[in-house]
Amino acid sequence: MMIEQIMDEQQQPLVEIKGVSVSFENQHILRDVQLQIPAGETLVLLGESGCGKTVLMKTIIGLVHPNRGDVLFDGQDINRLNDQELSYLRLRFGFVFQNAALFDSMTIGQNVAFPLRQHGRFTSAQIRDMVIARLSEVGLPDSVVHKKPAELSGGMRKRVGLARALIMNPELIMYDEPTTGLDPIMSDVINELIIRTRRRNPVTSIVVTHDMNTARKVADRLVMLMPLSRLAPGESQIIFDGTPAELDSTRDRRVRQFVNGEAGERLMEMRGESPAEATETSHGSQS
Amino acid sequence: MSTVPSTPNHEIFDHSYLGKTASWVADWGKLILDTLVAFGAFSLFNLRTFRWMFTRLPRSETIWPNFYRVGVSSLPVVALTGTFIGMVLAVQSYFQFRQIGLETRLGAVINMTLVRELGPVLAATMLAGRVGSAMAAELGTMRVTEQIDALAAMGAHPLHYLVVPRFLACLFLIPTLTVMADFMGVAGGHFYGVTWLEIDIHHYWSNSIQAVTNFDLMVGLIKSVFFGAAIAMVSCYQGFNCDAGAEGVGRASTNSFVQSFVMILLLDLVLGIILDNFYFMFYPDGASFF
Ligand SMILES: Nc1ncnc2c1ncn2[C@@H]1O[C@H](COP(=O)(O)OP(=O)(O)O)[C@@H](O)[C@H]1O
Ligand SMILES: [Mg+2]
Repeated sequence: MMIEQIMDEQQQPLVEIKGVSVSFENQHILRDVQLQIPAGETLVLLGESGCGKTVLMKTIIGLVHPNRGDVLFDGQDINRLNDQELSYLRLRFGFVFQNAALFDSMTIGQNVAFPLRQHGRFTSAQIRDMVIARLSEVGLPDSVVHKKPAELSGGMRKRVGLARALIMNPELIMYDEPTTGLDPIMSDVINELIIRTRRRNPVTSIVVTHDMNTARKVADRLVMLMPLSRLAPGESQIIFDGTPAELDSTRDRRVRQFVNGEAGERLMEMRGESPAEATETSHGSQS
Repeated sequence: MSTVPSTPNHEIFDHSYLGKTASWVADWGKLILDTLVAFGAFSLFNLRTFRWMFTRLPRSETIWPNFYRVGVSSLPVVALTGTFIGMVLAVQSYFQFRQIGLETRLGAVINMTLVRELGPVLAATMLAGRVGSAMAAELGTMRVTEQIDALAAMGAHPLHYLVVPRFLACLFLIPTLTVMADFMGVAGGHFYGVTWLEIDIHHYWSNSIQAVTNFDLMVGLIKSVFFGAAIAMVSCYQGFNCDAGAEGVGRASTNSFVQSFVMILLLDLVLGIILDNFYFMFYPDGASFF
């Protein structure tokens, strides 16, 4: 059903990543990544911390500029647009940041209303109603509206970030670890919200997650990214690309270990290293 | 990082004289290149901010808090330091002038120094320390916690939303701070010179009026506008290019003050020379205290 719907809508993929490479000061993060995302699809992006998932999503909305390659959204090259065209195009995106990235000088209400005030022509009463409706969708009471982000717990902030990203009904929503740090019940609320959002309007989603429950529940397709340092030269950075069913039957040992949460040969590697190096890598891999 | 040190230039070349010279040249070349790149990035940042300033007016909710912070919150400290500088000037110069019996010229010297140099520099230094470093820390925190990315992701432009209002606030309001520093300095000098040391009030002021022209006041105000622009741009640039973590934010804040202060003194020198040339166009006889 999903496939037919996609075919009907358009031939061209909504997002097209063509040979994208990104590096920061001699540190290569992405190398020659190719990915096409058709409209309406929910793509789950897997991969260990620090492999460049966030960077890849930021490349898609033009927050990170690739050193090589192009990113097309609906046929438009993101990196060829000027500031104003880009800010207009970004109306069509929603981005849920890993650590919520709420504006801490504003109240929760002002945070969620920010995209509306920025672009919409709504009255204050309309904005108020929309904000409260969105907040209740993510399980937050009206009373948080006047609080500052610093007064909320991490999980609540995360849900505010979600409400803020959804308020403009974007065409493409990117969720950066939306359930990390939430309790199991709240995680499932968020999963249902992702699914419900998709059901209600024809939205395309990219979900970064380490939670295999979420991954299986929401994904039409899964893609696994590998850090460059663990790849053989010339090997593609995307080591898996398929449906949830294909994920279960994959023969790639690296993918199976990730999905089942087994350290495998990593433990040996760690033991081989000196303690100083081991602590350093564990710092470096925090994201 | 530390496990794979990057090869310094002097290891590429051998240890002959030629090799040493080559590595010396290469090190300097790298330094010059890095400086040029940093300067280019800063110029580009300024250019893009100016473009945004003329594209669209900033929203009022971003303007007023910044104007308040620069114009209102900074006034007391500028007034206080201005008063003290005026008094200190009087204390320091009184004995020298007294020895040659010219204490009534004190007014001219104090007021001239304040209006042309110390008032603007003092107001700018206070602004850089009080507001500039706070702006760098605030924007740095926003960068580190991805709030700047979030602004951009929601279709607001960070330069337009964050930098333009701060720039305008510094640009428009630093002259008022300067006037405040000038006024309180003059008052402080008067208090110590006339009220305390009992210099003749009539001569103190007639000498001042003779020496200090409107042009001198203008020189001070023109300088201050440049100082304000420099403080805003340096601080915002430091904030926007902040490194990750609390350490990065602290460094951005310190750097912004140090660099602003260097810029203030550099601009003071350069503008002093340029504006003096104008001065001699208007007043060919030159300035005279005596
Ligand atoms: N703006 C940046 N400057 C320098 N390095 C960065 C920047 N953003 C990300 N990185 C580096 O890129 C790597 C991948 O980061 P990220 O995409 O956040 O990983 P994750 O897959 O966990 O989301 C990390 O090593 C990180 O240190
Ligand atoms: Mg991440």
